[in-house]
Amino acid sequence: MKKVLTGNFAAAYGATAAKVNVISAYPITPQTTIVEILSEIVADGELNAEFVKVESEHSALACCIGAQATGARTFTATSSQGLALMHELIHWAARARLPIIMVNVNRAMAPGWSIWADATDSISQRDTGWIQMYCENNQEVFDTVLMSYKISESESVMLPALINLDAFFLSHTSQVVDLYNEARIDQFLSKYDPKIKLDVDDPHAFGALTSPEHYYEFSYKMHEAQINAIRVIKEVGQEFGKIFGRTYDLTESYRCDDAELILVSYGTIAGTAKEAVDQMRNSGIVVGVLKIRYFRPFPTEDVIKALHPAKKVGVIDRAVSYGQSGPFFNEIRSTLYHESTPLYGFIAGLGGRDVSTHDIENMVDIMQNDPAQDLIWIGVKNVD
Amino acid sequence: MSTEVKAKKRSIKLTLPEDEIMCPGHLACQGCGATIAMRYALKALGPKTITAIPACCWAVIDGPFPYSAASIPVYHCAFETAASTASGISHGLSSLGKTDVTTLAWAGDGGTFDIGIQALSGAAERGDNMIYVVYDNEAYMNTGIQRSSSTPHGAWTTTTPVKHYKKGPKKNIMEIMVAHHIPYCATANIAFPEDFVKKLQKAKTMKGMKFIHLYAPCPTGWKHPPRNTVKIARLATETNVFPIYEVENGVYKINKRIKTPKPVSEYLKLQGRFRHLTADVIDFIQQGVNDRLTRIEKLEQAFGANSQDSPTS
Ligand SMILES: Cc1ncc(C[n+]2csc(CCOP(=O)(O)OP(=O)(O)O)c2C)c(N)n1
Ligand SMILES: [Mg+2]
Repeated sequence: MKKVLTGNFAAAYGATAAKVNVISAYPITPQTTIVEILSEIVADGELNAEFVKVESEHSALACCIGAQATGARTFTATSSQGLALMHELIHWAARARLPIIMVNVNRAMAPGWSIWADATDSISQRDTGWIQMYCENNQEVFDTVLMSYKISESESVMLPALINLDAFFLSHTSQVVDLYNEARIDQFLSKYDPKIKLDVDDPHAFGALTSPEHYYEFSYKMHEAQINAIRVIKEVGQEFGKIFGRTYDLTESYRCDDAELILVSYGTIAGTAKEAVDQMRNSGIVVGVLKIRYFRPFPTEDVIKALHPAKKVGVIDRAVSYGQSGPFFNEIRSTLYHESTPLYGFIAGLGGRDVSTHDIENMVDIMQNDPAQDLIWIGVKNVD
Repeated sequence: MSTEVKAKKRSIKLTLPEDEIMCPGHLACQGCGATIAMRYALKALGPKTITAIPACCWAVIDGPFPYSAASIPVYHCAFETAASTASGISHGLSSLGKTDVTTLAWAGDGGTFDIGIQALSGAAERGDNMIYVVYDNEAYMNTGIQRSSSTPHGAWTTTTPVKHYKKGPKKNIMEIMVAHHIPYCATANIAFPEDFVKKLQKAKTMKGMKFIHLYAPCPTGWKHPPRNTVKIARLATETNVFPIYEVENGVYKINKRIKTPKPVSEYLKLQGRFRHLTADVIDFIQQGVNDRLTRIEKLEQAFGANSQDSPTS
């Protein structure tokens, strides 16, 4: 079944299709419609779930943690300030190895108050152990929510996942989304049935005081699970393709095969870059786009392979790691450490400033004419 | 000899459930009131109980990985999340159709009066189905005896040194919880286990948020010998420092009426944390104790089972 949906509705329908048992969330612009539509879906009995309307994002994630630990499938959604408020529990959920799925609408951090797109909120959660991915369109939002349950709940993964979509560019923009049919969804995603859960017939303590004798191995196993997730994401992406006709991977190459210049980006900027590439190709510039879907686990080998043919690589970040460079740029630079490809790090679109095809052409112009540079701020004005 | 013991055993009338659910081998200090508390709580609630325990002494008492003394499922959770994690457990269980399991949030005074009060207030207002027990040892003991908003007037702690001892009364958590209109709020004291067990058993039959404020001395933090734990706890109620009462659906009831209250000095003098107090401060504390009891008595008169404006409906 196809519908015209905003990214937020696609996210809410994704959770509904996954037949989650418990939802706990707190409203924040621009995530609010996710909470609202799910409230209605649950109230109407379309989804047999308990929606716990908590008093903060902090409690939302704590509640998901408790519920998921009993063996329930859970969902939450937030944005920027809410995500930051959850931070302690974001670590908790991952270390507790609970496959909670959270949608984050990428929004800038205050002050000043900004409700517009910026990935600094989610990037700040980099080292928590969550799987972290970025969507380019609303179909991808729906599909990824669905796939994420299967990926995260895989026995060799058992890690929570953060699915990101850009504020307004996706959250409030309507696109056609195929919601498939229930029978095929049930064929794809089976019931959540974890091996280990809170069970009065098999009582255990979870998360107790852990000495240096054991903690280290728990961390090792989390890393191992992230690496396993690379394989699982690919397998699930293939299986999804077989059932629903759309195949997914950790990265997506667009016109990269013969490209001399490759732009790397994520989220909606990757979509704009594809459009710009088509235009530039028409005027003879041989350029391609590598869209990174997964920030964690980072698809190191795929990136090396995809970028190998390029003479130059530019990375566009809608986020900044203050005092260093763009966070994705850092990843690409360390991934390409053994290559001699000149790298360009572009910062663009912070706080929701528009990134147009014209801006992207400007970046390619810099790559063609200027020496490589780690940090290039696109469109900064009045800063003396 | 053995028959004599048997004979004796037969003649004892047990007032508490005989089952020992909690195991020996826990990590508590000698004389720990909070440990006595859990033993009684599990006797009352039985093995079909799941507990959420935030950072507090009990996060350590239960034992390090891979050990656990509680013998029921224990979910260690973040300091401020006893109530919100328990909400999740409770909703998770009910979403899976498991309706015969009790969810118990078990937190210290710091995790309840201070950092966890928002989550507790939220869970109470929503009416999430759980029993929330705060074992009150009147300071942050896990981290080395720092003051909390439950530390009473006059007490020494490591952050309220003798020269700057704690000023002002402890937060009235009972009134805060009563103000949430939850079905059941009660105080209890480890020195009166029958009362505590009865209250837990009653709470177990009710739906929604049930809150128990449990008095539990800490020999390490209060500076008294471990053998005095129960004695001091009993004195707390016999001096009216810690009155035993309950509020069931808005109806107040004092469960232990002290006919001839002992002076607070008898309670204070057994504890090193109050050693520095002068007579005038002790008088001031006595006055506060009298005032707070009067308030509870007036509430019982106004909203007790025998009062005309009893808010039961
Ligand atoms: C967010 C956070 N802040 C601080 C701490 C450190 N901490 C752990 S337990 C504790 C005090 C607990 O006091 P209380 O709740 O009264 O329990 P008790 O230790 O007295 O049993 C503190 C401050 C923590 N674990 N988490
Ligand atoms: Mg305490």
